Order: sequence, then structure tokens, then C-alpha cells
Amino acid sequence: MRYLPHSDHERAEMLGVIGASDIDALFSAVPKSALKNFELDLPDHSPEFLVEAHMRALANQNHAAGDGPFFVGAGAYRHHVPATVDHLIQRSEWLTAYTPYQPEISQGTLQMLFEFQTQVAKITGMDVANASLYDGSTGTAEAVLMARRLTRRNKVVLSGGLHPHYRDVVRAYLKDDPHLECLSPSPEGQGDILDHIDADTAAIVIQTPDFYGHLRNVEAAAKAAHDQGALLIVVITEVVSLGLLEAPGALGADIVVAEGQSIGNALNFGGPYLGLMATKKEFIRQMPGRLCGETVDADGNRGFVLTLSTREQHIRREKATSNICTNSGLCALAFSIHMGLLGEAGFVRLARLNHFNAIRLANALDGVPGVTVLNKTFFNEMTIRVTQPATALVERLAQRGILAGVPASRLLPGDPEVENLIILAATELTTEGDIAALCAALTEELA
Amino acid sequence: MSMNTQGRPTGVGTAGTSASGSALLPDEPLLFEIGDNEHSGVDLPDVDLATDRLGGFARKSKLDLAGLTEPEAMRHYVRLSRLNHSIDSGMYPLGSCTMKHNPRLNEKMARLPGFADIHPLQPVSTVQGALELMNQLSHWLMTLTNTAAVALSPKAGAHGELLGMMAIKAAQEAKGEAHRKIVLVPESAHGTNPATAAFLGYSVKPIPARDDGTVDVQAVKNALSSDVAAIMLTNPNTCGLFEPQVIEIAQAVHDAGAFFYCDGANFNAIMGVVRPGDLGIDAMHINLHKTFSTPHGGGGPGAGPVVLSEALAPFAPVPFVRKGKDGLEMVEHIEGEALGRVTAFHGQMGMYVRALTYMLSHGADGLAQAAEDAVLNANYVKAKLEHLFSVPFPDYPTMHEALFDDSFLKGTDISTLDFAKALIDEGFHPMTMYFPLVVHGAMLIEPTESESKQTLDHFCEVMAELANDAKAGNKERFTGAPMKAPRRRLDETRAARQPILKWERPADLPKAAE
Amino acid sequence: MTTKFTPDHEYIRIEGTTGVVGITNYAQEQLGDIVFVELPSVGKVLKKGDEAAVVESVKAASEIYAPVSGTVTEVNDALTGEPGLVNNDPENGGWMFKIAIDDAGELDKLLDDAGYADLTK
Repeated sequence: MRYLPHSDHERAEMLGVIGASDIDALFSAVPKSALKNFELDLPDHSPEFLVEAHMRALANQNHAAGDGPFFVGAGAYRHHVPATVDHLIQRSEWLTAYTPYQPEISQGTLQMLFEFQTQVAKITGMDVANASLYDGSTGTAEAVLMARRLTRRNKVVLSGGLHPHYRDVVRAYLKDDPHLECLSPSPEGQGDILDHIDADTAAIVIQTPDFYGHLRNVEAAAKAAHDQGALLIVVITEVVSLGLLEAPGALGADIVVAEGQSIGNALNFGGPYLGLMATKKEFIRQMPGRLCGETVDADGNRGFVLTLSTREQHIRREKATSNICTNSGLCALAFSIHMGLLGEAGFVRLARLNHFNAIRLANALDGVPGVTVLNKTFFNEMTIRVTQPATALVERLAQRGILAGVPASRLLPGDPEVENLIILAATELTTEGDIAALCAALTEELA
Repeated sequence: MSMNTQGRPTGVGTAGTSASGSALLPDEPLLFEIGDNEHSGVDLPDVDLATDRLGGFARKSKLDLAGLTEPEAMRHYVRLSRLNHSIDSGMYPLGSCTMKHNPRLNEKMARLPGFADIHPLQPVSTVQGALELMNQLSHWLMTLTNTAAVALSPKAGAHGELLGMMAIKAAQEAKGEAHRKIVLVPESAHGTNPATAAFLGYSVKPIPARDDGTVDVQAVKNALSSDVAAIMLTNPNTCGLFEPQVIEIAQAVHDAGAFFYCDGANFNAIMGVVRPGDLGIDAMHINLHKTFSTPHGGGGPGAGPVVLSEALAPFAPVPFVRKGKDGLEMVEHIEGEALGRVTAFHGQMGMYVRALTYMLSHGADGLAQAAEDAVLNANYVKAKLEHLFSVPFPDYPTMHEALFDDSFLKGTDISTLDFAKALIDEGFHPMTMYFPLVVHGAMLIEPTESESKQTLDHFCEVMAELANDAKAGNKERFTGAPMKAPRRRLDETRAARQPILKWERPADLPKAAE
Repeated sequence: MTTKFTPDHEYIRIEGTTGVVGITNYAQEQLGDIVFVELPSVGKVLKKGDEAAVVESVKAASEIYAPVSGTVTEVNDALTGEPGLVNNDPENGGWMFKIAIDDAGELDKLLDDAGYADLTK
């Protein structure tokens, strides 16, 4: 077997050194009834070219985003990732390194995390960011718990514009909690969350651009929350929007959670992704996740370490801020390299190009009979109402090779209000030809 | 708290000088010290946004990001990378972390456009190959563990553990036994176990370890009651031992109406050799990055699928794949007692591809051989070193890890930490230290199956030489270590007392572009 | 002025009806460099043995328990900026909080100088 270095001769020699008669002697603590007492319905080892053929056959059954016009978003976005990013993250020293608990031989990872934290703090306009969480959805649940610890209050209100999967994850984390209020979906961008804040409220959670693409008023939400002593959690699923939209930190957000996939990371059918979390400096000790900090070594040279780790499970055990014990290291690296390549100039241009293409898409969709664009405001994503149930329509468009977006009912099944809604995104990769093909197909299907 | 206004600990580094003293390892300044807000390594057209649809929410505050052109970026990240130890460059004898070889075929497969460039919400009819892959991975995991169901979506081991315990909680509630508020956790457990139980509102009752490092079935029986919801047991345990009474423990737990959560962090030691379902487990997470070698990536991403027994299968979260009339379906919503959704979308697809590739490469025979080699290697290290190091639990052969305590250092004034840091100067990553907590000054060594006999012999020679040097009183070699790494020991007290968590432009460093 | 000790290494210096609480020199030596102290809020009512504060070193977090029942009347805010005071001057500048003692009788059950010295021998 190509991955196992021992020859049978070496195995025998090693057993001799150990003083064991055979390998089973080393498993003597295992109850006899459970040791190799079965036949497995699984194949034996296989050469590389056959494994590759098997996997390629599976991959070939999928319609890749690059195979045709593509408008799917709703929390995961197809952007161009520079070749440099994928080359670098496959370097041995990044890919196969362990968590940097031994800082003397992990300065590469640690300095990168310090740079990453700085980048996230800057784009969100917050004081500090952690070294990443699993993804945006679990990050949102963590932010809700963090807000409860900070305020020692219980009530949490989720906006109707929050991504339904994010809402579901918060619900699962807070199972059966009577203090959790989830407002009805708001595809028109309507918002009544400000009326739900009271003196028992720990936090309100709003998303901007929201699930339907509408831009939300962060400043007004911050003011209303703070007037009642509550915290504002701002969720961002399309992090590229921060190149063009005001930073939530500048508008009064207390905790910002974002899905960072758009920068540096492929769609990957939903994961691995990258949870970003940033907050105000006075809240650091209640923030979950790893943190990297600057210090000096014994010779006085600048270096970096994981710090404030007493918040984490391996020290606090049942008193930890969270049970999590990993970040999304390699995804954070990909984000940081891509953001380093973009720089301020590139990040702003990328955001402008996304918005530009989205305006083109909105204008074109406006001209399709039977289509109504619901958004007055948007960044790169919008919701349309069509004259037929959206799921079947999207399926028919897929059969024509066009991935036309996400029927809202896929995430909100059984809600008649959203049955005819489709959420569509445009990115820098969307061409005029893609938009024309979509609109032509929609015109035919809706005729 | 002061963020970075107290002045920098050292001046801005200059590329080319090296604190490590090695010409090939120059110090690398921060991205923000070499880049500026004008440079960019991405060519994008600038577009005319005469009108926008931003509704007055356009950015007014400064971004102040640093950019690098492609050659500058390449050099920055290559130079940084060389300050890292990695599996590809040297051994990680890190107990409980399973740092094994990462086959590159897995990386290549994960990057096929049919896997990497598909969206989680595109129509299910267009991703049948992805669903089939999830099905095949599920089949492998259920077959290797002899369990009834698997929830693939957890993002990492601790997340899987959370999901498994949520399923147990939901199952207890469905039985009308929500009053069960206690979870039993052996003292030797990984820190995530009590953290998870507490997170779900359980109170944690520790089970003391026996002198031989294993859990006593009688101690479990004594702790069980009608208020106990579950036990969380790691097997093989954190001392590297297989729990010899695990079947009796499972029986006692079930008899008391409780569930058996098995922490599967060490499944790599028994894959293909022992099926946890045969031992009576109800739920177990599997760290794909440990057992099935998805790369550690400097701290994630992981993946933590959870296998479930017949009793817990109805409480699995969404999503899951099932056969429908038009091919495979993705079930994304169910009503009722199930616990809903623990992450957006469908989990760590990129890791599923790598793990299935790894499984197909090894086959059932290769996985069993890998587990046996991992156990062989740990016992070999133990056999070669036990005359110099102290073994706290000599009664059983060890599984995939060799555990030593610090009594061999008694009187030397050298700590476990010092000893481990000295390994760095010999080209090895330190072993796991001070874990498990039940052993004083623990050193936990996990060679994994990937290390050759030659490497193990060299490692053992180095360990023996260090032990002899420590006993001979050559203290400086240890307390001053490492001497040859890119950095000497770092001041963690300083980092924690005055946290500096991001770069801030020093007052005397104007923006490069101005 | 009398000082009493708990077996968990807290001291309480009695100043009239108020006690000044901190950790002993022995305790700070065991913990190593203190990097953060989480103090109770003024007005908090504590029962003897309740968790009153948390001290963190780089690698460990330790709870500080109320040596007697009472109400927190003052906390040492200097520790927020300078947690190292607990190491450098545990029994003076490194005090943590003051407590209005409910029942002076509880003090009798604590260790005196000699008793504590025995414990840490």
C-alpha cells in the first residue's frame, strides 16, 4: 500500500523489539468478540489511477458553475480566485502544518493569522477580529450566545431578512428557547425588528445585504438597540459588499459576523467555508475562537502567539466560551492571500464590478414580461417575483443549461408568500451573454 | 486595554535580516509594512457607476487595506511558509492530533470543477454526482463503524460532538425523560467533552480514572442514576489505551436509560479492526482530518461526521441524502423531533471528497493495515524508550499513542515543556504535553502509521540522547530551547496582558502612498 | 488587623465589618504570571464558597471563592490594567474585592496564620 512505509520484514522486526508474538497481541485489551470479527462490505485498496477514475466519474455527473450561465447565490458566491491563491495554499508548509500551538516553529501561520485579523477588522470597521470560525451560520449562533453573556439578558430577535439556514442554526443551538424570536421572512425588505427591542433584549440580528438582497439600515438598528441597552449583531453573507458598502463598525454594530467564502475560496458545494467574527475591544474576552497576538521572543524579536486561550475549551473545559476547538485555518489563509492580492484598490474595484453587473442584471430582468424585481436597493443580489411557482421554473431553466438562482421556497418550504420568488446573484464573472441567455430563456418559459 | 498604541515591541523588520541566523530564512515584514493601498495583484476593469442602487449606504469610512502585486505576494507567503514546521518536512509526534501523511491525490480530486465549482443550492438534479459521493462516504463510515445512520454536516470534531449530544438530548426528551440533566465524563477526557455537555445545559459528573489509566465499570455504575442522560467516553482513550470494559460500560449505561456518546478522536487506531457499533456506542464523531487524513491546514478546516445508532437515527439533523423516484434527493427540512440544522448548506464537501479518495485508495484492507501500523509504531516507540522514560500505565499494550510522565525528569529542574522544546532543535515538532491531565507532566507521543522504521529509530535515538542529557544535568540545552528555530521562546504573558491583536499604523510611519 | 485564610488559598483581611479578599503569595507562585482578573460587580451578594472572581494565567483559569458570606462593597479596578499586581504584591496592591461580612462567626472556621502555614508546608 503506497502510503504505508513498512515492509512485512520490518513489521516482524518491530514486533520482535516490542516482544509481541503478532499484531493481535497489541490489541489484547479489545474484547475478543469485537476484534476483526466481521466481513466489511467494502473494496480493497486501489491504485491511484483507478481511484481518480472513480472520482472523476462522480464529478462528471455534476453541472459545474463554469459550464454555463450561473446566477446562484443566497449565501455562497462564485467569484474568481487568482491562481496564486490555490498554488500557495497547497504548499506543504501551509497545507500540512498543525495548529500553531508551538509558536517557535509556527511563525508563518501565526503572522498570517495576525494579518488576517487585521484585514477582517479593517473591512468590518471593528476593533478586533478572531482567527476565524467554521462559517457564517455557526458564527451567527456563536455571536448570539456571546451577546447573551455580555448583556446577561436572554431575548434575541432575528430579522426576517436573515438567511433562513442561519436562522435554523441559531434555533438548533438555542433549541426550544422561549426567548428567541424569529421574525417572518421579509422578501420585500420590510423590517419591523426595531419594534421588538425591549429592556430584556440581549441582541438583535440583522443581515445586510439581506437574504433577498435588500440593503438594511444598520445605523438605525444600532441606535434602536443601544437605546434599550441591547447589542446589534450584523451578519454579512457576501463579504465583497464591504468594498462598496459602509463598514458596520462605522455604523454602530457591536458584533459583525460574515461568511468569508467569497474571497479566496471556491463554492465547494457548501464547505469548507470561513466564518469571520469581529467585535469591539471591550468584548474580546467573551468572543469565541482563537486569537493571535503580537509579542517578543527571548531575544527581543517580534513574534506572534495564540493568546487569551484561557477562554477556550482546552483550559476552561465546562466554563469555556464555546466548545469549538478549531478555526478554518487554510480558508483563512486563502482569504488573506486573495485580500492581499486585491489590496484596497482591487477590493473596491471588485465590489464595483459586482454591483455594476448586478445593475445590468436587474435592468434586464425588469424588461422580461412576467418578472418583477422586488429590490429598490441591492449590492450584487436581488429577488424577483415570477408568474409561476419558482422551483419548477428553475428546474426547467437548469435543463436548458442555465442555473438561474435559488427558489426562495427551497429554504422556506410551505410558505405560499415566497413560492414564486427567485433570488439571483451577479458577480464579476457574470457576462452580458449570460444575462441575455437568462432573459431569453425566462421570456420563453414565462410566455 | 491597549491595542497597539504602546509602541511596537521591535522596529519594523527589514527583509533580508534574520533573527534565526539562517540565510534561507529571512524575517518577513507584515503585509501592511510592505504593501500599500495602491498596489494590487489582480487586474480588474474599473466600471462607470454613474448611478448606483446602494440607497445611500455607500462606504464613507476608510478601508486602508494593503495590496501586493503577484510577485511580491508570492514571495511574502512563500517566505512566511518557511517559518512553519509541517508533516511534509518532518515528524509530528503529537498525541491525540494524528498528524499523518496527506496524499496529494485527495487535493487533486477536491479541485475537480465537478466538486469545487458547484453551488450548494443549485438544483439537486444538477449535482447527482455530489449526492452519490455523500452516499458512498456515508456507506463507508457506517460500515466501518457498524452503525445505522450518519450525519455528515458537522464542521469539525467538536461540532460533531455538539450535534451528537444534541441528538441524545432530543432522544431523551422524546422519551419523556428531559429531567435527565447529568452527563458522565471521565477525568481523562478531552476538554471539548465537558464544554459540550455544559453548553447543552447538562451538569458534568467526572468519573475518576483507575490507576491503570482505564475507566472502571463499577465507578460508572455507581455514578449512573435516573438523572443521567449520557456518558461521554473516548475510546481508545486519551491515555492511548483501549477501554477493556467498554462493552460492560455500554450495557450498564443502556440499562440505566442513558446513551453512550463515544468521542471518536482516536478512531484511527481501530478503523477496519474494531467496529464501535459492536461495542454499544450510540453516537460517535469521526474527525475526517485525523482518521481520513484531510489536511490540518495550520488549524482547520476540519470535518466531524457523526455516526448514530438505531436509537438515535431518527434524531439526525438535516440535510441528508436519500434515494427518491428521480434519483438521489437532498432532505433539507423535516418536521418533528429532529434537531434541525447545525450549519448552513451541507457540511464540508471539500473534506468529503478528500476522505472518500483516501478510503478508496486504502480499501478496507489498507485501512486496517494503517490502524495496525499506527499501533505497531506507538508500541515500538514505547518499547525503545521505556527504559529511559517513565510509563504511567504499563499494564496494557498501548494503542496508537505512547504515554510517558515526567518522573524521569525528577531532580533535573527541567520541565516537560523544556524537554519538548529541546526536540525542536533536533528537527522534530514537540510531542503533546500536559495532556491528558490525569498524568503529571504528561508526554503523549503519536507517531501515526505514516512514519517509517528509519524515522522512528532516529526519533527514539534523539529522545534517548535528550533523556540522558537531561539526567546528566545539562540544563541549558533544555531551558534555553529552542535555539535553532526561527524564534526563541515567546513571551506569552506579555501577549495576554497587553493584547495586540491587529496591526496599527505607527504614528511615525506615514501611508506609503502619501 | 487580623488576616484569615481558606484552604483554597484566598485570604481575607478583616477591617472592622469589612473583609479585603485576595489570593495568597503561595497561590500566586503556583499560578505563575497572572494576565487577567475578572472581578465581581459591586453590590453582588455572595454566599460563602460562591465563585467571586476568576484569575487567569497564560495557561490556566482559576476561580476565587468567597471566604465568607456578604456583599461586595468595592473592587480593585487597578487589576484591570495591571493584573501583575497579584504576582508582585498579592496581599496589598493585589487585593481583589472588599466584602461586607454578614456573619463574623464564619471567620472562626477559617485558618489562621499558623494553620495556613501548615497547609502550605
